Amino acid sequence: MDSHWRLYFHNWVSVLGLAILVLLALVATLGPALAPFDPQDIGIAYRALPPGMVNWMGTDELGRDVFSRSISGVRVSLLVGVVAAAASTLVGIVVGSLAGYFGGVFDHILMRITEVFQVIPQFFLAVVLVALFSASVFNIIVAIAILTWPVIARLTRSEFLSLKTRQYVDAARLSGASDARVIFREILPNAMGPVIVSGTLLVGRAMLTEAGLSFLGLGDPSRVSLGVMLYQSRPFIQFAWWAALFPGLLIFLAVLSTNLVGDGLNDVINPQMVEER
Amino acid sequence: MHLRRYVMGRLLQAVPLIFVVMTVNFILIQSAPGDPIHLLIGEGSASEELIELTRAEFGLDKPLHVQFVSYVKNVLQLNLGYSLRYRQDVFDLILSRIPASLLLMGTAFVVSSVAGILLGLYAGTRKDSLADRAAVVLSILGYSMPVFFLGLLLLTVFSLNLGWFPAQGMYNIRNPQEGWGLVKDVAHHLVLPVITYSAFQLALIFRVTRVKMQQVMKEDYITTARAKGVGEGRVVFRHAVPNTLLPIVTILGLNLEWLLAGSVLTETVFAWPGLGRLMFDAVSARDFPLLMGLFIVISSFVIIVNLCTDVIYRAIDPRVRFA
Repeated sequence: MDSHWRLYFHNWVSVLGLAILVLLALVATLGPALAPFDPQDIGIAYRALPPGMVNWMGTDELGRDVFSRSISGVRVSLLVGVVAAAASTLVGIVVGSLAGYFGGVFDHILMRITEVFQVIPQFFLAVVLVALFSASVFNIIVAIAILTWPVIARLTRSEFLSLKTRQYVDAARLSGASDARVIFREILPNAMGPVIVSGTLLVGRAMLTEAGLSFLGLGDPSRVSLGVMLYQSRPFIQFAWWAALFPGLLIFLAVLSTNLVGDGLNDVINPQMVEER
Repeated sequence: MHLRRYVMGRLLQAVPLIFVVMTVNFILIQSAPGDPIHLLIGEGSASEELIELTRAEFGLDKPLHVQFVSYVKNVLQLNLGYSLRYRQDVFDLILSRIPASLLLMGTAFVVSSVAGILLGLYAGTRKDSLADRAAVVLSILGYSMPVFFLGLLLLTVFSLNLGWFPAQGMYNIRNPQEGWGLVKDVAHHLVLPVITYSAFQLALIFRVTRVKMQQVMKEDYITTARAKGVGEGRVVFRHAVPNTLLPIVTILGLNLEWLLAGSVLTETVFAWPGLGRLMFDAVSARDFPLLMGLFIVISSFVIIVNLCTDVIYRAIDPRVRFA
């Protein structure tokens, strides 16, 4: 593990990505404590003020503080990204390891199901789902998770297919280990590398999906997310561009950092690929 | 001969997939809150006749399995319902918006492929040079950039502030042009949406071409070609490039759905009158029949394009063709 981290920190781009991600995570956790104003507070007298000493990122068309709203937005975006990716990774691991380990008819059925999910264009199904079943953060997370788990499932399955024939797995089985023990203690830990990389990249995609849905007007109206901010400030962009610029930059930074971390982890896990990058 | 049999096989595989898409759509219509009739003709003041007609057409008063059969029949006859908002048949409406989308996507595809491949070749043959590193950083940025944010940035700077390009639509409505003037007008409107939409694709194609190029340049046949005294330009374009093109077809096929999502967001930003903007309008107006219709058409499109990329891949790669 130690040498893995050294390899990771060897690449300054990956370190930069991790630093941005940690910073954003801190902002998300501390959240309201950092915000100078209430993110929902409307002030008619303070409409569309440019960035300045009081409102660092200016105010939007309703006089709300963009800085305070952005903090809350980072929180919602990261929440959606991390929870959706975690849920989807979990489902994917369970389906993939069962299919890969037990094989046969079971594998066949599970794989046909994942194929069905992979055929349907995810973003569009998310749009339809959220439009039909009301836009709440919960529904958005569920929609994203439902649509992204097949990738993880296929990956886990292929890892299991190659790992289950290894000698140490046979040894564990011969010494009387149960199926559950072989799956969770012997095979899964060794299959986790590529799965974690994909899971990390899913966080970025989930945040992009949430922002994209919000931009189409399918964001949770009761929460301040970065995508919702962008959607709301869009009609006023000509005279309050800062209300769109800062949330947009933050989405970009959040996605960029998860992509960099994912790439960095990939280099650690597949060292033979590093040379080709 | 092999190819023809392969194409037939793949076509047969596509049929159940389209059936799956219809089933998903049917389940969605049935499980959504509210009367399914609103998902077929939309909410609002529909006449009793239209409601009754649609109800009968889709068999909504019959048991579920009968409803499913009549739903599939209707969809296969391209009857996707009626949009109250546009007072038009959903399928006709979708059909009328396809050319604009194809123009935007096609132009962006050509631009990003040519630029991405050329940049990838350049960077791939000069590993770790300054230009290579700069291009890699730019591609990571392009890869992470939300397409709607890039669109808004370009729109604000180059259209609203500098006034170099029109902000909205596909042609000038106030001062309609004809012939050559119309072509120039559309091209002028096309610039910003194409740049916006190409960024992600360009980054993707660049990444793949560059890595593949670095691999190919190390192959023995490149060394052989050089040893024979083939010029460096010919080595690159005759011996290396053809081998880098295949993965690009695959990677675009794999990312097709994100490319389509990108086109929806781009069209939304620039009010480009294609399918994406139609989808945005359908969401805003809660025009469910239109939304469901778009979903069916786009899903079928994805299935068909995936089929085509598989076939193209097989047709242009002799190793797969004769395998």
